[in-house]
Amino acid sequence: MSGNMNLTLKVWRQKNNKVKGSLVDYKVNEVSPDMSFLEMFDVLNEQLIIKGDEPIAFDHDCREGICGMCSMHINGRPHGPKDAITTCQLHMRSFKDGDTIVVEPWRAKAFPVIKDLTVDRSAFDRIIASGGYISVNTGNAQDGNTLPIPKVDADIAFAAAACIGCGACVAACKNASAMLFVSAKVNQLAHLPQGKPERMERVRAMVAQMDKEGFGSCTNTGACAAECPKEISLVNIAAMNRDYLKSNLIDAEG
Amino acid sequence: MSLNSNIPEGKLEEKWTKYKSTVPLVNPANKRNLEVLVVGSGLAGAAAAASLAELGYKVKCFCFQDSPRRAHSIAAQGGINAAKNYQNDGDSVYRLFYDTIKGGDYRAREANVYRLAEISPNIIDQCVAQGVPFAREYGGMLSNRSFGGTQVQRTFYAAGQTGQQLLLGAYSALERQVGMGTVQMFSRHEMLDVVVIDGKARGIIARNLITGELERHFGHSVLLCTGGYGNVFFLSTNAMGSNVSATWKAHKKGAYFGNPSFTQIHPTCIPVSGDHQSKLTLMSESLRNDGRIWVPKKAGDNRNPNDIPEEERDYYLERRYPAFGNLVPRDVASRAAKERCDAGFGVGNSKMAVYLDFKFNMMRYGRVEATKLGMTDASDAEIFKMGKDVVKEKYGNLFDMYKQITGEDPYELPMRIYPAVHYTMGGLWVDYNLMTTVPGMYALGEANFSDHGANRLGASALMQGLADGYFVIPYTIGAYLSKEIATKAISTDHEAFVEAEKSVSERLNKLLTINGTKTVDYFHKKLGKVMWDKCGMARSAGGLNQAIVEIKAIREEFWNDLRVPGTADEFNPELEKAGRVADFIELGELMCIDALERNESCGGHFREESQTEDGEALRDDENYSYVSAWEFKEADWDLHKEELKFENIKIAQRSYK
Repeated sequence: MSGNMNLTLKVWRQKNNKVKGSLVDYKVNEVSPDMSFLEMFDVLNEQLIIKGDEPIAFDHDCREGICGMCSMHINGRPHGPKDAITTCQLHMRSFKDGDTIVVEPWRAKAFPVIKDLTVDRSAFDRIIASGGYISVNTGNAQDGNTLPIPKVDADIAFAAAACIGCGACVAACKNASAMLFVSAKVNQLAHLPQGKPERMERVRAMVAQMDKEGFGSCTNTGACAAECPKEISLVNIAAMNRDYLKSNLIDAEG
Repeated sequence: MSLNSNIPEGKLEEKWTKYKSTVPLVNPANKRNLEVLVVGSGLAGAAAAASLAELGYKVKCFCFQDSPRRAHSIAAQGGINAAKNYQNDGDSVYRLFYDTIKGGDYRAREANVYRLAEISPNIIDQCVAQGVPFAREYGGMLSNRSFGGTQVQRTFYAAGQTGQQLLLGAYSALERQVGMGTVQMFSRHEMLDVVVIDGKARGIIARNLITGELERHFGHSVLLCTGGYGNVFFLSTNAMGSNVSATWKAHKKGAYFGNPSFTQIHPTCIPVSGDHQSKLTLMSESLRNDGRIWVPKKAGDNRNPNDIPEEERDYYLERRYPAFGNLVPRDVASRAAKERCDAGFGVGNSKMAVYLDFKFNMMRYGRVEATKLGMTDASDAEIFKMGKDVVKEKYGNLFDMYKQITGEDPYELPMRIYPAVHYTMGGLWVDYNLMTTVPGMYALGEANFSDHGANRLGASALMQGLADGYFVIPYTIGAYLSKEIATKAISTDHEAFVEAEKSVSERLNKLLTINGTKTVDYFHKKLGKVMWDKCGMARSAGGLNQAIVEIKAIREEFWNDLRVPGTADEFNPELEKAGRVADFIELGELMCIDALERNESCGGHFREESQTEDGEALRDDENYSYVSAWEFKEADWDLHKEELKFENIKIAQRSYK
């Protein structure tokens, strides 16, 4: 390595979901501040393999903060100490020589550990499958400009749609609630005229699926929004609660 | 076998319409009994899986990520082209077709490209209907921006996250079908072989990446939507998991590989910072629309870029290509950057970078804002601040990303950029139906070779992926499946399945039992360096011949000195990587063979032996106006040629001057 930082890592190791895990200490030396956090793990894993040890399993793919695959809980915060970025965008210049860094997987009942730092987030897919869409088959669309959408609405929808589905909101929440994730999709579609026809049914179905998956309740602490790498706003949760309430009233009236 | 591209008869602009009205259909009851396997869940895969399920086919979809929403289409930034002509600036289907053929340096098939241009407006409509939040103007209309290789504004976008929004649209359509039970989704599954029975693709062997279990899946047809193979270079803008394995297995089972050496090196990426680097990050081409590229006129000028006065800067793209300026196609811009850096004019610590500067446009936007607000006496600082806000709205996420990676603020200092591997125009050879040379096996999106010739224009990959998935395959697959309605589902106990699973299992065991001393990454980096140095932006016969020898040596060493920890029956990312790198090594050799065979320069393929006096790519239409389709043989490859006929475009030496 090319740098001069020496660090101690305490990393969660767990062979699979049937056995218990524990934190294991690793020394990583000569870390360059220009390295990304995951590149430091690459280097550590190379060393482990050469030594004959098992490398640390972690999820990652695009390494540019958009796919939502990376998911490390670093020093008690999802995606680490900096705001508005994912783990793969975190660089070692955010740490200093001699630091001890604790790295754990997302912690939530609905996200069981697969191995080490890798968890199962398929619950999110099932929530989307329950209603996070507009029911339009391929070929049914009219010209895109026949439906003018005020810029302000398009911008709100876009801001909500920026969610990358990484699960940091769940990991940050003391109740492991998925409200921010669900409300981002609900609110994106609720703000677009195309999403209006299914608005009430959608929110009901998605919330029901969310509860079924074992996510906790929302107690409005706001940790989710504070840790969201895409800065999805808490306002989405408020808007979803309003829609959800309304949808139940409509349902009650038949 | 002779290559038949199955292009419909008739006039160019009538081919697709006529094809659609005459292609054989499958009735709804029969569709329910026909099974389609879709491998990959990016724009092409998700769109195809959703659309085919909507039609009534039984679909299974596979992806190696933990969710289909993570496919690498998600990382596309700048936009998607469509011939809507909303800007009233002279766009048309023909012009998009023409720009794409010309941009591809006349190495793409006319009929396919015309169909792509014709379908492009439907894609935008479909995505809007799904709730994709494209950028809008204040009046509520869709907004457009400029991209390279064209003089009209036809690129639709959602900030710097267009790929993400389009993929989430396709993903939601896919999940809707999953929820309805018409698509069975297999996440964290990797396809490790294709099963061919009586010459037809009939299934796949997939590995459940969590348990390591090998699974057999039957399909009447197999769609490979598995993206490109830029990671053969180790460093690229691709995701870490992007790989060639699915298409490579298909190639070894009989699918010809088209133009394997055609690689796109994107001009605006964040430069390499050290040996630890695991991947490169793109800065969208849309930035070139609002930035100006330059280097100092004096070699080795180490001053702060803001201190270098105007007259001492060389805006080399504007100087060399006055008509297109900073908006020349990617291959041209990349080579021009390399030329300046090789000549000693590069900037930054490594000297392998050029500046992309936004100051001018921030000031221009700022003046527009000041005028709107009636601020006739605004100071430069005020104008700059207003301009900065405009740029922030357009590209904020990209600027943040740049700052995060480099530690420098691009609002204050110009970005440093350098070309990097980004996309592969080559891929499985397909006919007009998108079918490979193995009946029943299709390749869609970046996985096929079809539409971009020797260079892809910006914002055209998203267009092609969605065109193939939403609007082409739902029609063309009928031509094949209408003849398969009598074929009953084949048992996965069939000997072809047993045999394929056995060979997959043997290979996994082989990888695990070499027990050598080197890691997978060691070999991947070594291969990548050979490919970048000798089969990258500039290629020569001498270098390519040498590369072939070196790659053979890497392959030998790989199979004798590799170390993969763990076992095959568990979650084992190193084992996954090992299999992919083994395939990249084989592909690397074929890419060099292909680059060597094509003794001309075209698009991104630049042979040093074939250039004009001022260093531009020099095509040789007399000898190389064909698609190279390589057939796998045990020890070697056979070359088949599909002649390219240009009946609607006058073929000319490309000029952006």
